Amino acid sequence: MIKTPGRISGGQILLGDTDLTKLSEEEMRQVRASQISMVPQGAINSLNPVMRVRDQIIDSMLDHNLGLSKAEMIERANAALEAVELNLKVGRMYPHELSGGMKQRACIAISIAMSPQVIIADEPTSALDVVTQRQVMQTIGRLQERMGSAVILIGHDMGLMAQFVNRMAVMYAGSLAELGSVQDIFTHPLHPYTQMLIESLPVLGNRGVFKGIPGITPLLRDLPPGCVFNTRCPHVMDVCRHKTPVFKEYTPGHWAACHLHEK
Amino acid sequence: MSNLLELKNVTKKFKTGTVALDNLSFAIDANAPSIIAVAGESGSGKTTLAMMALGFLDPSEGTVLYKGKVMGKLSGAERVAFRKEVQAVFQDPFAVYNPFYKVDHIFEVAVANFKLANSRTEARKRIEEALVSVGLRPEETLGRFPHQLSGGQRQRLVVARALLLRPQLLVADEPVSMVDASLRATILESLRKLKDDLGVTILYITHDLTTAYHVCDHIIVLYRGAVMEAGDVETVIANPQHPYTQLLIDSIPWPDLTRKWGQQELVAIDDITIKATQKGCKFAGRCPHVMEKCWQSPPPLYEVAGRQVASCYLYEDKPVLPNEELGSLFKGQVKAPTGQMAHG
Repeated sequence: MIKTPGRISGGQILLGDTDLTKLSEEEMRQVRASQISMVPQGAINSLNPVMRVRDQIIDSMLDHNLGLSKAEMIERANAALEAVELNLKVGRMYPHELSGGMKQRACIAISIAMSPQVIIADEPTSALDVVTQRQVMQTIGRLQERMGSAVILIGHDMGLMAQFVNRMAVMYAGSLAELGSVQDIFTHPLHPYTQMLIESLPVLGNRGVFKGIPGITPLLRDLPPGCVFNTRCPHVMDVCRHKTPVFKEYTPGHWAACHLHEK
Repeated sequence: MSNLLELKNVTKKFKTGTVALDNLSFAIDANAPSIIAVAGESGSGKTTLAMMALGFLDPSEGTVLYKGKVMGKLSGAERVAFRKEVQAVFQDPFAVYNPFYKVDHIFEVAVANFKLANSRTEARKRIEEALVSVGLRPEETLGRFPHQLSGGQRQRLVVARALLLRPQLLVADEPVSMVDASLRATILESLRKLKDDLGVTILYITHDLTTAYHVCDHIIVLYRGAVMEAGDVETVIANPQHPYTQLLIDSIPWPDLTRKWGQQELVAIDDITIKATQKGCKFAGRCPHVMEKCWQSPPPLYEVAGRQVASCYLYEDKPVLPNEELGSLFKGQVKAPTGQMAHG
């Protein structure tokens, strides 16, 4: 779903054995929602305001020609609503009648209605308060276990990451800085950017201490030579300014791209 | 009367039947500047409270007093003074700008309306001073259009504008919720500086208890328009007494692998509006400790500890603080946060 003038200039995106970059738009459309689905960031802007919630769940099934009867589709939609712990009568309601957390759960219901293998959740809780946030994440977590799908959680809230994910990848200016299990990343962060991200989080105790990351992210069309983080890195060395660090495995399953760890 | 702003038994009902604020009273003392957090989830009435403090909404019952005078009955000159002395920072750093004007516009309008300077050079000097004090470089920000600046820069410009007017009260409605995590620190730091250096009292409205804990001195926890708990931020966050505050704090996803998220079981809520007919405690429907009497009448504020009150029958044996005296909790100096704000 890259908009022009953007394009995928190389590489592969594999889902099982299928390379998604080779698929036509129509084939890709059939993959979306049925095999790989998305929970969007702003639930408010993602739902159709003039369509009942249940009809929106059925809408994507209709597009996939599943060969189901109307009654079977309604049954599946109801199952999806139940799965996200929404009352079945919510299916007959319009988005404006729902609270923020309910809207987000309605979006989740749409995305899981066809039991996809991969669910991409793009900051699904960024506009919600902590209690609702916890409720939505619990719903996603339970569904993940029940359906055996993989969830890719995209976000900048490291607290949420620590509490929810198994493995995490830290990105900076378009490249991977670090990848590893959440335990590895929080206990032994290798990349200075990861370290600063973790330190910038407010914790209980140490009241009034704030740590930001000085500087701003570079423009993607004007990246600095060498390591992309060299303009903001506190441990910057000469080599960082001209040589791009290699993304390497340092301990089993824990990868990073940083000259500090290269020997 | 040293109260800058006082809310007396304020209730706000909307035509739809929603009760946004229910019999709320508190006062802000002009002589003891502090940062007061108003915390609560969506629909708790915190934005309604902000709008009322800014004079954009009138209460349905009760009165809002500005320097001892009823808000709606201020004279023209008093109203101008009010508009100068009470400033706002809003949530969305995009929506406050007119995209067709350069960002200088928000400063120029303020300078012209409140006659802050006698000449253009003086005005320019004042604006640049304000920008520097929030950590912005004038040459990098002035003369630009809003879309050319980052969200963090735009939000700091609004803080700088407020600063230019030397207000006594700043109402900040979720000032950092739409700003990237790494930039939050700088904005919160500017707010603290406003209080420390210029003696501005700040009403910090938020649903984020972690930032409230770090910048504020006092906190009021609202739930559906009623005060659940209030007191010094340090005691309330470290030692919450009201079941709702406990639930809120329990639900914060701490970046700490050893601290498990959410020990407390959640009671799902699926109805968005609370009926005006509900008599008792607003939290009763979700409370794990709910008792029969919670449904009968709303609990008063019990003094659970020094400078900490909770509106909950669990603390019935404690002395009652009259609703009108909530403001007394925020008077006098509290222990300032120990650490210094640091970068990097």
